[in-house]
Amino acid sequence: MSAPIDAVTARPKPAVGVRQPLVDGIEKVTGRARFTADLPAAGALVGAILRSPVAHGVIRRVDTALARALPGVRAVVTGEDCDMAYGVIPVAQNEFPLARERVRYRGEPIAAVAADDAAAARAALDAIELEIEPLPAYFSATDARADGAVLLHANKPGNVEREVDHTFGEVDAGFAAADLVREERFHYAEVTHAMMEPNAALAEWDAERGRLTLHSVTQVPFYVHLALARCLNIDEAQIRVIKPFVGGGFGHRTETLNFEVIAALLARAARGTVKLELSREECFLTHRGRPETDVRLKIGLKRSGEITAVDCEVVQRGGGYAGYGLVTILYAGALLHALYRLPACRYHGLRVYSNTPPNGAMRGHGSVDVRHAFESLLDRMAVEARLDPFALRRANLLPVPHRTINDLQINSYGLPECLDIVERASGWRERHGRLPRGHGLGLACSHYVSGSAKPVHWTGEPHAVVNLKLDFDGGITVLTGAADIGQGSSTLLAQAVAEVLGLGLERLRVFANDSVLTPKDNGSYSSRVSFMVGNAAIGAAQALKKVLVDAAARKLEVAADDVECLGESYRVAGTDRALAYKDVVTAALEVGGTLTVKGAWSTPPETQGGRFKGAAVGSSAGFSYAAQVVEVAVDEETGMVDVVRVWVAHDCGRAINPLAVEGQIQGSVWMGMGQALSEETQYHDGLHMRANLLDYRVPTIVESPPIETYIVEARDPNGPFGAKEAGEGSLSGFLPALTNAIADATGLRLAELPASPDRLLDAIQARRRAERLKAAKAAKPATAER
Amino acid sequence: MPKRLLALTVNGRTREDAVADSTLLLDYLRDQLGLTGTKRGCDGGECGACTVLVDGQPQLACLTLAARCEGRHVETIEVLAEGGHGGGRMSRLQAAFHEKLGTQCGYCTPGMIMAAEALLRRNPVPSEPEIREALSGNLCRCTGYVKIIESVQAAASPVGTGE
Repeated sequence: MSAPIDAVTARPKPAVGVRQPLVDGIEKVTGRARFTADLPAAGALVGAILRSPVAHGVIRRVDTALARALPGVRAVVTGEDCDMAYGVIPVAQNEFPLARERVRYRGEPIAAVAADDAAAARAALDAIELEIEPLPAYFSATDARADGAVLLHANKPGNVEREVDHTFGEVDAGFAAADLVREERFHYAEVTHAMMEPNAALAEWDAERGRLTLHSVTQVPFYVHLALARCLNIDEAQIRVIKPFVGGGFGHRTETLNFEVIAALLARAARGTVKLELSREECFLTHRGRPETDVRLKIGLKRSGEITAVDCEVVQRGGGYAGYGLVTILYAGALLHALYRLPACRYHGLRVYSNTPPNGAMRGHGSVDVRHAFESLLDRMAVEARLDPFALRRANLLPVPHRTINDLQINSYGLPECLDIVERASGWRERHGRLPRGHGLGLACSHYVSGSAKPVHWTGEPHAVVNLKLDFDGGITVLTGAADIGQGSSTLLAQAVAEVLGLGLERLRVFANDSVLTPKDNGSYSSRVSFMVGNAAIGAAQALKKVLVDAAARKLEVAADDVECLGESYRVAGTDRALAYKDVVTAALEVGGTLTVKGAWSTPPETQGGRFKGAAVGSSAGFSYAAQVVEVAVDEETGMVDVVRVWVAHDCGRAINPLAVEGQIQGSVWMGMGQALSEETQYHDGLHMRANLLDYRVPTIVESPPIETYIVEARDPNGPFGAKEAGEGSLSGFLPALTNAIADATGLRLAELPASPDRLLDAIQARRRAERLKAAKAAKPATAER
Repeated sequence: MPKRLLALTVNGRTREDAVADSTLLLDYLRDQLGLTGTKRGCDGGECGACTVLVDGQPQLACLTLAARCEGRHVETIEVLAEGGHGGGRMSRLQAAFHEKLGTQCGYCTPGMIMAAEALLRRNPVPSEPEIREALSGNLCRCTGYVKIIESVQAAASPVGTGE
């Protein structure tokens, strides 16, 4: 029974803290990975959607008779086929998969068809007769809020979806005590996710049993499951949701999207299987990106640099439906906090409906635009106060543990080290303010939550559950509902289980996202998966380890406390008596056969925020921190900004997979660069003018800079192995670091993003005109005055 | 829709298939041959996800008519790990993209690797600017391209060449 002596003494190799290539990476690089559109679907009908040609209107008539009569057309559905509104936030469900009575943005689905092939589907769409009576349409928050504006939703006066008023501390006294108070306004263009995989769904209706299977590109299979049950009015147990490989999400897919419900409605109506693939243009119309935002921000500083008070107003143009809107406007206020020590802060937020595609969650949800405003204003004030930007940040660091004035609980805080690292790496002290004209360095800090401490559906269930199945072969299957969308969550879960059990990854397989097999998970958003599902995986592995240790103890005839788990062997501590792993498995299964254990995890109550209305948003069991320095070269003749290099340090707690952490940080910084420099949507009378990847300017490899990445590990007591989030916190810092660098290079402070060449050139030329005017005035003061 | 008999080589195998004159190479590969490694990421020529090699040159399969490939040699991502270069193992580029995390979600990856493959065939040790130029038509939304460049450099590195 005893294992060979080297197995007895071999310590298991660590699985955590290792640069681990993705467990599903081979499929991705060989082309074997099947995304939704790649799934075999021989005989599937082709779905297609008819979209509103007007931005706001009353639907008078949708006549489908001609379409239904066409050859090859198997089903046509309209708003008549679903009268249940859905939406990700239970208190704000006001969207229908196919518009009913009213359309609220150009491109909103009105009808859909399933046909034998794409040509027949197109012909059917052309044959549907539409009559829409136009209403006044609003493409800015200001217009939508104007007196007498037609309401998009009857229950929302002024077209205000949500107004937030949060004041913490003595704000007016704080400003009175300040030595320097400055106020500024900022404007941010709308941006969108532009994930590489277009939306697609494959819906199979089992007509005999009344059952539905949906494969979709989602980040939130569980939310999709709930919405399908609601909109199709069938029992949840008759639905199966499967998430295949997903080509990115960045928030686009963190709520049920209309095409997913439409595919299901079509499959049911056709009593068959429907494949619905959206064009890239349709993905832009489905949208859910970061809203067009106006920020007014006022900060008070002591001479020492300490912040005395903050006053911030945010207006977001939210699009035609609620979606995550109320969460976004709450995040914008909540995450003013928890980066620096704020003694007083007043926040006023307005989320406004508009006749544009609905906004939603996008990487850095709610925090990005306000963080740009904050770090930009701080930078400007640092110059006025003659403080180095690093010194100004250091004057406002938090003690830990710390509870913010808006009741966010911070238990780990690696920002000081992040600052030290990027200051050194960028050569800040030697180079800042000393680079040649047109070259500059900028600093900014940022942070983010590791999952929202309160879930959207407050059922009392744990936040995360992981099952482990152990069978005769000694293989362990990690069963999880966590949606790997490319961030590497399946790899991380395998690492967590391997670490606890001391096994190599070859003993493990991760099986994710099939609702009939895997435990429910809330989904991949707000950077919750590593933290929450990681903790659940540890719990499950510990439960399995206990079973194995007990089995080994029985076989070795010792107390369980005397058994030491070495992964590939279990030995009596301090002796060379041991059992090989496979023998322990056999012993463990002797009693009851195949084993399934589980781990569950919930956020500690003290991290779940305060008791005021909206307090749940922003609360988290762990906050990540980041600092970055951006170097730019600005061409003052063309307005072109070249990002020369980025130095970024991110505190993700323990880096479970440093390789993936680096990838996440680099991806975040780069996505921030897209928003900062070139990305923006644009509408003309509600018509999307940039609904493709050429006009919506995602940076190419040519203009993307080297990003030097430093991992800071301020371990969090709540995090799995001390880990925190790594995939969002570095995004928002890029934008202000860039504009601060532009200010260092040119003296110009842009109050509007993106810093596209036209905007920068306008600012450069305006300054030249002002300088010429000033010079002219100086030359002839008397005449100029008259 | 009129169809013609198309004779060509796909991933080293000669084929004859009936295709409509208007059929795009992308649809021919994906729908008729089941070679779904080649991805559609846009509405035509925007993203590079469908990059394949035609007679060794990178081409966007979404902008290429299948009929234009008569008598040509088409290569897709599937050929690289099928003994085309590595004898049933991943090619050096594939292994590098895997090990260096040049892939995250994986959707741009086949097109990115095929564009890099074309580069390394004509320029086995490219400079960083040459890598950037060769991949400039391939968008990635996950990596910020940093690890993509590192992956191509690792695959191109003279150390251990001669697979």
